[in-house]
Amino acid sequence: MALSKITSITGRGVCVPGNDIDTDRIIPARYLKCITFDGLGEGLFYDVRRNADGSEKPHPLNEARFKGASVLFSGANFGCGSSREHAPQAIQKYGFRAIVAESFAEIFFGNCTTLGIPCLAASRGDIAAMAAAIDRDPSAVVTVDVAAQSVSVGGRAYPAAIRDSARDALLNGRWDPIGELIEGLPAAGAQAAKLPYMAV
Amino acid sequence: MSQSLFEKVWAAHTVRRLADGQTQLLIGTHLIHEVTSPQAFGMLRDLGLRVAMPHRTFATVDHIVPTDQFSEPFADPLADSMIKELRRNCAEAGITFFDRATGRQGIVHIVGPEQGITQPGTTIACGDSHTSTHGAFGAIAFGIGTTQIRDVLATQTMALGRLKVRRINVTGRLRPGVYAKDVILHIIRTLGVNGGTGYAYEYGGEVFDRFSMEERMTVCNMSIEGGARAGYVNPDETTFAYLKGRPYAPKGAAWEAAVARWRATASDPGCVYDDTVAIDAAAIAPTVTWGINPGQGVSISESIPDPSRASTPDEKASIEEALAYMKLRPGAPIKGTRIDVAFLGSCTNGRLSDFQEVARHIKGRRVAAGVKAIAVPGSQGVGRLCAELGIDRVFRDAGFEWREAGCSMCLAMNPDKLVGDQLCASSSNRNFKGRQGSPTGRTLLMSPLMVAAAAISGSVADAREVFSVNS
Repeated sequence: MALSKITSITGRGVCVPGNDIDTDRIIPARYLKCITFDGLGEGLFYDVRRNADGSEKPHPLNEARFKGASVLFSGANFGCGSSREHAPQAIQKYGFRAIVAESFAEIFFGNCTTLGIPCLAASRGDIAAMAAAIDRDPSAVVTVDVAAQSVSVGGRAYPAAIRDSARDALLNGRWDPIGELIEGLPAAGAQAAKLPYMAV
Repeated sequence: MSQSLFEKVWAAHTVRRLADGQTQLLIGTHLIHEVTSPQAFGMLRDLGLRVAMPHRTFATVDHIVPTDQFSEPFADPLADSMIKELRRNCAEAGITFFDRATGRQGIVHIVGPEQGITQPGTTIACGDSHTSTHGAFGAIAFGIGTTQIRDVLATQTMALGRLKVRRINVTGRLRPGVYAKDVILHIIRTLGVNGGTGYAYEYGGEVFDRFSMEERMTVCNMSIEGGARAGYVNPDETTFAYLKGRPYAPKGAAWEAAVARWRATASDPGCVYDDTVAIDAAAIAPTVTWGINPGQGVSISESIPDPSRASTPDEKASIEEALAYMKLRPGAPIKGTRIDVAFLGSCTNGRLSDFQEVARHIKGRRVAAGVKAIAVPGSQGVGRLCAELGIDRVFRDAGFEWREAGCSMCLAMNPDKLVGDQLCASSSNRNFKGRQGSPTGRTLLMSPLMVAAAAISGSVADAREVFSVNS
């Protein structure tokens, strides 16, 4: 399975501020009633974006000036809670290609990487500065550089970090590990044979 | 060299090192359910792959099942399509499915241990973050996403970076009326909701030595709420006694051999941890959350935090956001907060001992007028045992609705939902905004006995006072 090498993402940004933004907020559980991931983008942040009657609440994703943004900025512990891949799927299907936050919850980070969504961590001060720059000029070009571990907004670059294994996987086009895991299947069988509880 | 259980299990299941530096880890036991697996089976079909070791995957249905309707089709066509899809996928792949008709259905994290599938020294994965529950047996258990479910189905392995291990010692004795739920809420409050990032938590100390398996499961269950990827307790005689005679536990000579292996899996004395934390059991009180993440808790005698007294701007903002959502008054005592709903159940607190402990205290008492109280056994097995012991009757007599097994109002993917901004005293694991099915619904997490005390009082109460628990 040939995967693209994800070295950098260029687009526009939007910031959804806050710490501990959990997966229930990213995609409410009622949107999990499905047997495919199709159409999940519509449920993204639904309950904080819309009232019960469907009308819009004030939310960055509802602002016309941020429509079409492909880089999502947020605070600390982004994606905490459930292991539901529906959360990164909804983010991706909505149109985001990369996430920049102060920190990420573990399972969410892994799920994103496996979908080819780079998650870069930047300092609180730098995220605030980038969010302010985007707020001043929503058309500012945002570049998430996985190789250089930096994020630039309107030409000004800020340092940002991504775990080595994820960076390697994205840069070398092996963020979806299925091919490599299948190569290891005979070795897995041999390892399983040594474990009595795995006997047929 | 001395090794921790985590290191031993990791080594025994390492297949090889992958190019990006992660480990290809063998997953001995794979548990699946209806919500996160259908897309994974879809991916397998798209890639033309088969399930590599179907005998090591077990399925059940829990998230979407109605708890007041046994017959099919379900009233909700989406829920109905999900159970049918799981049935079809399991039949095609040759996977054992604990469907409702088997009498062995329930929440996946209750069924695995109950059937004896969850065993020490094993690796377990499931597309649900509360898979950490199984660590109570000395297994290393991971919650995974759907693409990883595909990986495990196709190869019985997954790609994973090695975790660090933090030993959490809870020493001394818990005071009466303080439960496993209070222990984990206290740990999360102390270490933070992201304090466990990068770690597996190894729980130990006198409190865990004395804990039953069900109490250990309650604590391990919420490891993820503290940010830890996994949590476990070293296996001991309590573990072996629980497993003996269960359907999937080894039998005869194989049992003795297994116990010997399990014993050897426990962390060696003197092994080195990446971090160690000590917690004094006597300092733990019945704990109640007031906010929108499980770390936002106070003891029953404390007040709801006042943002004006926050120590950092960050803390101030997070208290303000939480209180605005929760509609609670800063500085007010948590005790006396009026509730609308009481929910007893979930993979955290839906086991026999949870209902037994509550039944012991609520006999002859009544749920307060205006409070909707529901009790949902975590599995059909738990429901059956409760019926045999007359526990369901005690709950019904007290004014609780007694339901069929499932996840129910923990995440409200079935018809059990809060309405509007109802406030729920809940024995579940998450108090996130909208978690219990209404976008404005509010959740207070607490132990089962505290839920019962709130149900009877109509407001948050100290179970030790309501039920005269001797201190």
